[in-house]
Amino acid sequence: MRHEMAREVQRQIVALDVNGERTDLLLPVHKTLLEVLREDMQLTGTKHGCELGECGTCTVLVDGRPELSCLLLPVQVEGRAITTVEGMANGSVLHPLQQAFAELGAAQCGYCTPGILLAAKSLLETNARPSRDEVREALAGNLCRCTGYAKIVDAIELAASRGA
Amino acid sequence: MRESPHPGLYPTKSSTSRGPLKRPDLPGERGGDFSVIGKPLARVDAVAKVTGRATYADDMLLPRTLHCRILRSPHPHARIVSIDTSAARRMPGVQAVITGADLPIKFGILPVTQDERALEHEKVRYVGDPIAAVAATDEEIAAAACDAISVEYEVLDPVMSIDEALVSPKDERIQDYGGPNNIHKLVALEFGDVEGGFARAEHIREDIFFFQGNTHLPMEQHSAIATYVDGRITLWSSTQVVHYVHRALSKVLELPMHRIRVIGAAHGGGFGGKTDPFAHEIIVCKLAMVTGRPVKCTLTREEVFYAHRGRHPVLMWVRTGVTRDGRITAMHFRTALDGGAYGSYGVASTFYTGALQTVTYDIPAYRFEGCRVFTNKPPCGPKRGHGTPQPRFALELHLEKIARDISLDPVELKQRNFVKPMTRTVNWLRITSCGLDECAERVLTASGYKRREGRPGHGMGFAISSYMSGAGTAIYWNEMPHSEVQIKVDRGGVTAYCGAMDIGQGSDSVLAMIVAEELGLQPAQVRLVTADTDTTPIDLGSYSSRVTFMAGNAAIEAARKMRGLIVEAAAAKMGCDTAGVEVGGGRIGDFTFEEASVLAEARFGTLTSAGSYTPPKIAGPYKGSGVGPSPAYSYSACVVDLDADARTGLVQVNKIWIAHDVGRAINPLLVEGQIEGGVYMGLGEALMEEQAFRKGLHKWPSMLEYKSPTFLDMPEVETFIVETVDPEGPYGAKEAGQGPLLPIPPAVCSAIYDALGVWVDEVPVTPEKIVEALRRKEKGEPGRFGPTRFPTIPYPPTIRVEPPPKDLSAATATI
Repeated sequence: MRHEMAREVQRQIVALDVNGERTDLLLPVHKTLLEVLREDMQLTGTKHGCELGECGTCTVLVDGRPELSCLLLPVQVEGRAITTVEGMANGSVLHPLQQAFAELGAAQCGYCTPGILLAAKSLLETNARPSRDEVREALAGNLCRCTGYAKIVDAIELAASRGA
Repeated sequence: MRESPHPGLYPTKSSTSRGPLKRPDLPGERGGDFSVIGKPLARVDAVAKVTGRATYADDMLLPRTLHCRILRSPHPHARIVSIDTSAARRMPGVQAVITGADLPIKFGILPVTQDERALEHEKVRYVGDPIAAVAATDEEIAAAACDAISVEYEVLDPVMSIDEALVSPKDERIQDYGGPNNIHKLVALEFGDVEGGFARAEHIREDIFFFQGNTHLPMEQHSAIATYVDGRITLWSSTQVVHYVHRALSKVLELPMHRIRVIGAAHGGGFGGKTDPFAHEIIVCKLAMVTGRPVKCTLTREEVFYAHRGRHPVLMWVRTGVTRDGRITAMHFRTALDGGAYGSYGVASTFYTGALQTVTYDIPAYRFEGCRVFTNKPPCGPKRGHGTPQPRFALELHLEKIARDISLDPVELKQRNFVKPMTRTVNWLRITSCGLDECAERVLTASGYKRREGRPGHGMGFAISSYMSGAGTAIYWNEMPHSEVQIKVDRGGVTAYCGAMDIGQGSDSVLAMIVAEELGLQPAQVRLVTADTDTTPIDLGSYSSRVTFMAGNAAIEAARKMRGLIVEAAAAKMGCDTAGVEVGGGRIGDFTFEEASVLAEARFGTLTSAGSYTPPKIAGPYKGSGVGPSPAYSYSACVVDLDADARTGLVQVNKIWIAHDVGRAINPLLVEGQIEGGVYMGLGEALMEEQAFRKGLHKWPSMLEYKSPTFLDMPEVETFIVETVDPEGPYGAKEAGQGPLLPIPPAVCSAIYDALGVWVDEVPVTPEKIVEALRRKEKGEPGRFGPTRFPTIPYPPTIRVEPPPKDLSAATATI
């Protein structure tokens, strides 16, 4: 693929609501939400695995629903509530999902973890006590190469049992 | 004096043999009365990882950072006639453009195959070979500048298969070493009386198998960022081995090692794929030197597929003789490895395809012939199990077929040939602890394998394996320790320093737990500094499952020395003998740890201690014996339960039982994680993962098309940890990161045969292959899908090696 030089990059002021904080940013309109979160807002907890919408690594929540930030443009989500992994803990107190992932070894290299945590958070908000199959179905779009997924399902069950 | 145990890997050098390390108390001998060891504790970096605070290389952005993109070859094989970078250099925002002329010195992970350049300016050997690199103020400009570089190629005929590599090339050879034709490496070894073994066999069988190549697919793309300040390079990289990157940088950049610092950033997954020094790591350092600014390069997902260094495709031929009651009398094993365009770890990989057959089954006479060829594809190298999943696949299925030939239960035949603890194999590998019998019993009992129902389409398969707890020899010849740990205690605070790189397997947690155990503390009380070539003593890195065994033993030694100092100070204050000072629960005798360490600091001055680990010299007396020896071997056994649909060929794996002899589980939570992750990766290799090429291009360089198991594909896994307490492992521990992958592919194929009565003798086992095997069976042909011929390879004259002495104590001693 040829990379055209962006001779006249169109820029736009975009107001983003991320983790309850509103920020106004002047952005090239073609920059993805993933790039803006990581590069313009220094929210590097959101990771990238493919930047093509294939691996689920860059999952964030938009109005509570999991979305792939590599396929979103900031202008699409202006004024909507965006949650990244940095917004999960309550101050220094871990979210029950984060606590369970830590306790049960559900993060190994930890790279897919932020996206999976957010997808799981969305699941538990709509289904407080999902079965193991429902957990697998909800997370089928998130790849992990370390864990074999078992401890992730265990951790989500544990968090659910604690009323996450 | 004798020959180096490492021939084949680097120029031969003499070494004197020496005895085993003498330790006052061998770590394995300590009883099970631990306060930290054996506890399922959260990993020490868990909170950083679940909060998104762990800093991976691409998360770093230093002030004034430039972004680097690399121009790569679109041709699998071509001579470079000219490179014109003038247009790229004129583009606004471009700060530097470099080509191979700027980095002409060759490097490579093995001293005998220094065949790579960070940027090629003479010839490209695979699609993706790096040619030029740009540093620009943003990544889009760098990418556009790469497009503006014009390269004139003289396209050469590519060599794309093992068969093509064995014959005379149409244009020219890929590399200018090795041979004949595009052969890279040939090996021929014989141990014991193979001819006699076959002569006394009552049944002989030959089989051919193929294991397709596949790739690591780490979730994190490779990334590196470098600075050059005051004549010194600092590189943060997603690497498994800071030390080997350090060495390669020193060579290619022509800087002394003290002017280079390599730091392992938080690591987003390796599996062997970040074990070579890579072009982009060298390139960002060079660009930082040229521009005087920090430079970062993060590979795209497509580039990661081409960087590769993954599982070699291996074609295998095996012939085995057995007695009527199933005892192996002799085995002849041939392998042909499709190596890709460069050497990488390939010489070692070649030896590994023949080395570990003997550490699970008692093979009294053994002949191995191996061959690696160059092809115009991304280089293959080490992936989880390095060179051994392929022969393990062939060996397990081959023995199953032999058992059926002589009407013996396959499990029974395998069990009759299991090796015993405290023995030495015919190819001189020293076996210490061995939990093979117990592993097999655990999974057979739990799964009900022997009582399984015979309903059509349902099958169960059994397989075993073994892996090394670290290579007994280093990549480059030296007499120094393989791992070193330093401990500092001041004002009550404990810091442990070690070069080990935590790639997610939990090596930092292992270090913290060991130091805490020895000092009577909790792991959270131990600060860690790891994987930094400036501040930490050496560890050779996270490959070959070596870290727990080697860094663990070094940490025990350092921590026990530190405990000795603190106990001595406490005893003096208490007016008692050191034997009267109890350590544990945060206390040293009558004092808190903090009080006692203050007493010790006052008494001895700065409190530091160090420990190191050097593997025992146990390699056999022959050329090539450096590949295979390990201070201890792990053992695994598994049963796979599946349903296979005869109409569609679709396989549904229902459950997997796996038992793993880890010696001792320092942290059972992390050990289970390694076992489950290994089972997962083995299942992916068995059923779907495939690195395949069309006209030099990767067929599916994306995470959607390169199939890997999702949450929905993973069955329930029931894990059994078997503890044999190895005499030389730290508290008896052995490896867990690689071994559990190995039995999965053969157990899957064995279960498919159990379900449908057809053999699929190659992986991945796709539905098409199952349906084709069934179609052949219906037509009255053999019900099998797999390779039917093994090529004629010009193996060199066989080196004949006398087997080691039968006597047990002589057999297990160091040589």
